[in-house]
Amino acid sequence: MKFSEKWLREFVDPAIDTQALSHLLTMAGLEVEELDPVAAAFQGVVVAEVLSVAPHPDADRLRVCSVNAGGEPLQIVCGAPNVAAGMKVPCATVGASLPGIEIKRAKLRGVESNGMLCSARELGLSEDHGGLLALPADAPVGTDIRHYLDLDDNSFVIKLTPNRADCFGMLGIAREVSALTGAPLCVPDIVAAPVTLTEVLPVSIEAPDLCGRFSGRVIRGVNAGAATPEWMKRRLERAGMRSISVLVDISNYVMLELNRPNHVFDLDRVQGGLTVRWAREGEQLVLLNEQTITLTRDCGVIADASGVESFAGIMGGASTACSLDTRSIYVEAAFWQPDAIQGRARRYAFSSEAAHRFERGVDFADTVAGVERVTQLILELCGGEAGPIDDRITELPLREPVRLRPSRVSRVLGLPFEDDAIEACLQRMALPFTRDGYDFIVQPPTWRFDLRIEEDLIEELARLHGYDNIPTHPPVGRLAMPDLSEGHRSASNVRHLLADRDYQEVINFAFVERRWENDFAGNDTPVVLANPIASQMSVMRSTLIGGLVDNVVTNRRRQLDRVRVFEIGRCFAHDAQAVPVPGFAQTLRIAGLAWGAAQAEQWGAAARPTDFFDMKGDVEALLLPYQAVFVPARHVALHPGRSASISLNGNLVGFIGELHPELVQRYELASAPLVFECDLEPLLGSAVPTYETVSRQPAVRRDLALLLPRSTPLSQVLEGLRNASPAIVQDIALFDVYQGKGISDTEKSFAFRIVMQDTQRTLADAEVDATVDQLVMYAQREFGAKLRA
Amino acid sequence: MSDLEALVSQAETDFSAAADAVALEQVKARFLGKSGSLTELLKGLGKLDPDARKTVGAAINIAKQKVEAALEARREALRNAALEARLAEESLDVTLPGRGHAKGGLHPVTRTLERIEALFRGIGFDVADGPEIETDFHNFTALNTPENHPARSMHDTFYLEGASDVMLRTHTSPIQVRYMQAHVARHAGAATMPEIRIIAPGRVYRVDSDATHSPMFHQVEGLWVGESVSFADLKGVVSDFLHRFFEADRLDVRFRPSFFPFTEPSAEIDVAFPSGPLAGRWLEIAGCGMVHPNVLRHCGIDAERHTGFAFGFGPDRLTMLRYGINDLRLFYDGDVRFLSQFR
Repeated sequence: MKFSEKWLREFVDPAIDTQALSHLLTMAGLEVEELDPVAAAFQGVVVAEVLSVAPHPDADRLRVCSVNAGGEPLQIVCGAPNVAAGMKVPCATVGASLPGIEIKRAKLRGVESNGMLCSARELGLSEDHGGLLALPADAPVGTDIRHYLDLDDNSFVIKLTPNRADCFGMLGIAREVSALTGAPLCVPDIVAAPVTLTEVLPVSIEAPDLCGRFSGRVIRGVNAGAATPEWMKRRLERAGMRSISVLVDISNYVMLELNRPNHVFDLDRVQGGLTVRWAREGEQLVLLNEQTITLTRDCGVIADASGVESFAGIMGGASTACSLDTRSIYVEAAFWQPDAIQGRARRYAFSSEAAHRFERGVDFADTVAGVERVTQLILELCGGEAGPIDDRITELPLREPVRLRPSRVSRVLGLPFEDDAIEACLQRMALPFTRDGYDFIVQPPTWRFDLRIEEDLIEELARLHGYDNIPTHPPVGRLAMPDLSEGHRSASNVRHLLADRDYQEVINFAFVERRWENDFAGNDTPVVLANPIASQMSVMRSTLIGGLVDNVVTNRRRQLDRVRVFEIGRCFAHDAQAVPVPGFAQTLRIAGLAWGAAQAEQWGAAARPTDFFDMKGDVEALLLPYQAVFVPARHVALHPGRSASISLNGNLVGFIGELHPELVQRYELASAPLVFECDLEPLLGSAVPTYETVSRQPAVRRDLALLLPRSTPLSQVLEGLRNASPAIVQDIALFDVYQGKGISDTEKSFAFRIVMQDTQRTLADAEVDATVDQLVMYAQREFGAKLRA
Repeated sequence: MSDLEALVSQAETDFSAAADAVALEQVKARFLGKSGSLTELLKGLGKLDPDARKTVGAAINIAKQKVEAALEARREALRNAALEARLAEESLDVTLPGRGHAKGGLHPVTRTLERIEALFRGIGFDVADGPEIETDFHNFTALNTPENHPARSMHDTFYLEGASDVMLRTHTSPIQVRYMQAHVARHAGAATMPEIRIIAPGRVYRVDSDATHSPMFHQVEGLWVGESVSFADLKGVVSDFLHRFFEADRLDVRFRPSFFPFTEPSAEIDVAFPSGPLAGRWLEIAGCGMVHPNVLRHCGIDAERHTGFAFGFGPDRLTMLRYGINDLRLFYDGDVRFLSQFR
């Protein structure tokens, strides 16, 4: 809401300066977003008349003018293209100061100049510097332009919250300022126009749930071509509206002044009477803005005998719009039910001043006053004869009295609020009340749609008292220790663990390119956004991998050759049984990617590309204390021979592998990144440690190298050996893998370290040897293993 | 000078001249060996008369002790020199960098969220979570924002194809609703409902994108519901938090009336820093207010008996202010050069 400070001060004029007024509004919830003087800070500029214009002897573009600025004629050299004899313009006389310019007597190309004729931009009025600012012919020569154009004014822009629709007009803001400062409110005198016609336009309201009140009158003999007075234009402009024609200007002026939207019909273009009703499905209407819309049954309209002619409470129609030739008019001010207006304009992708107000609620008691105010200005500016006001009421909102309990006020705000303080606040806000025991029974006014319950009034008291004056308490609560389950770790622990292993956390958008879903998840049926912000953000991700691969692409473009990133985020999929939102699974997942060298380039370690087992080590560390099971498994995005599923306690939780060579090529990555992705939830379990006796007896180590067929996976051998071991075997671990020279092409060698120990006694050599023999025999039998020489 | 003194002096000189342990042992043999000069002198004692033997023998023994002491001193000196040489040989350029894995880091917004969580856990808040695809009921209706309410136009909402009653949540406030409903169910039948004290961080979505708006960003919701929770308490908690978060005692905090459908009275929270590039300017940093009684009722809480406050911070903005970051888009661009500054 934009408005002129001077206009506001005509309604209420507190003894505070502009800055204080701005602070007051902001701290009352009417946040001042912009505050600008309407003109630059200049002085010494007066209204002047150009008497004559002659060419400059030495410059084609300059003119030598004789100017009457109220004294002896002045010779002024001027370069503006529109300078002409007889025109009235602002003239900065010698000694004047403008932003960045001091006006002195000067010679321009050899010709003396005693001042400067000014454009709108030079005075800081607008950006227009196409030529001199032309003033009306009747502008009095010699008058200070600041005074003549009323420039000692400021333009306020306040950001109104949806509950304060009453402040979409000067009257509403003035009421607020009056309540906050105690300065008296001066409402403009609205004098009922003399009724000299008897004519009444027949109106029928068929839908009370659309229109609660409809007031209007006929005015004939109007001069629609009359000029809008400068003071009115100025106020409209300072409220951010352009002057259009006198009838439109008056209509807008009353809307801004009283927050009373109204409409002026060209009566000669109305066929028969007016009917207020819901639209019929498919009816069409050409609006004032020349947009043609097709209406649905829940849109309100005003129709005449020829059809729909206006979108009720939202925008007038083109067919009955006034023109400069209009002679007869119908002035209307109505109360449209907020429910009947809400969301309708947005549905047709436009907004209007009227819809903005009506959908939030407009005073339903002032329709007649609004029509009178419009009439008063029309008769004054355009002449004409007015008929009687026809005021029809169908169904108006109830304004139930609200009970306000002083004890509740104190409890909610946390400060003692005495009865007389409450009383004083209510009086300042002009809210009528009675007392019922300790309580106040408050009558909300017709213009406030946001005062329905006790809390609404408590908020009013808090605003008036000032939020700054409410104490700042350290809160009091019962102390209870938090749940600190040792069998659970937080997502934060997991993050820190990966960060400590040289992964950088990223946060990628949850909406991704559809292609990523195909490439990285093989998902043809992703969750699709109905209104994506861009096509590359059109579906919800079901995997985090796409984003991580994209991180490599962008960082590679920025010349990085090693990228290690991870993300924790939700992944989305259709799932009718999903909890808590049926239809959509929204699982938190964690994914990591490593691309480039295994370690950052350094002097002490040979450079080598990161591989499957580097990442597997990271994942194993991530899952500790649990031992995950990795089983070869195919995944659409992964190299089929270098990918595995990850299971934890028998449940499949994720996958790991090298990105598929085709995807490496498609995304131009130069080398293959390693990736993993897991559900987060299973990772958050953490076992409470259990204690086992540490043996005091010496341990014995034996190494065992077995030759096995190349296709035999280690996991089978290791698991088999462990199961086949007697109790004295404490640990069996792989310490070397070899294939190549010295052994057959079809074989590989696994070297195991076997640690044996008893808790009670020293082991005898014979027992140790027998155990090793037993394991060798087992491996021979189960896996065809041979003892490597 | 006697012969013996000359001999001792000679031995000292010869020992000093020995360059290493092997040479020293050879020199030793000349004096103390089987046919060394001192050994020979001792052998010659037998030829002397008993009296002379006694005095001469004593003198030779003194000389022998001196020679042995000189020998031991030289051995020690050579050992020390050898150790020094070895240590010098083994010295490293300790300014070379350490070997092994570097360290990654957390996203700056995560850093902020972790600090927020730690601060609120300190006064007994739990951390709650909720779905990002949310129902219309939880995102709007239960938060006192029925269909067609003008406040809905404050949110530009992402909707999903083929599902009219769900959306990407536009704020973390629906977590309030879910938590309160679950809390009420958990304590149904109890004489008094325990207080609710939670914060709920998470990602939220709005159709908006420029230097100061991202279509996905973070919020952290806070909620305290109890039998005596007031606006003054809200001011206390929020301003304590802001001072701790920014580690600034002189930070100015103000509460300015505003409107949210789910709180009343409502406030915007502005802060102003005493120094730095934004010094003296009021910066809008959060919304808050007393939980609207309709919201409490929607969640099954007796709004007459209980009051509560809620607040919603933008961790992205807090992060930008804390570290002086000027472009929100950096958070979601995955640029490792930017992100790795926060390890």
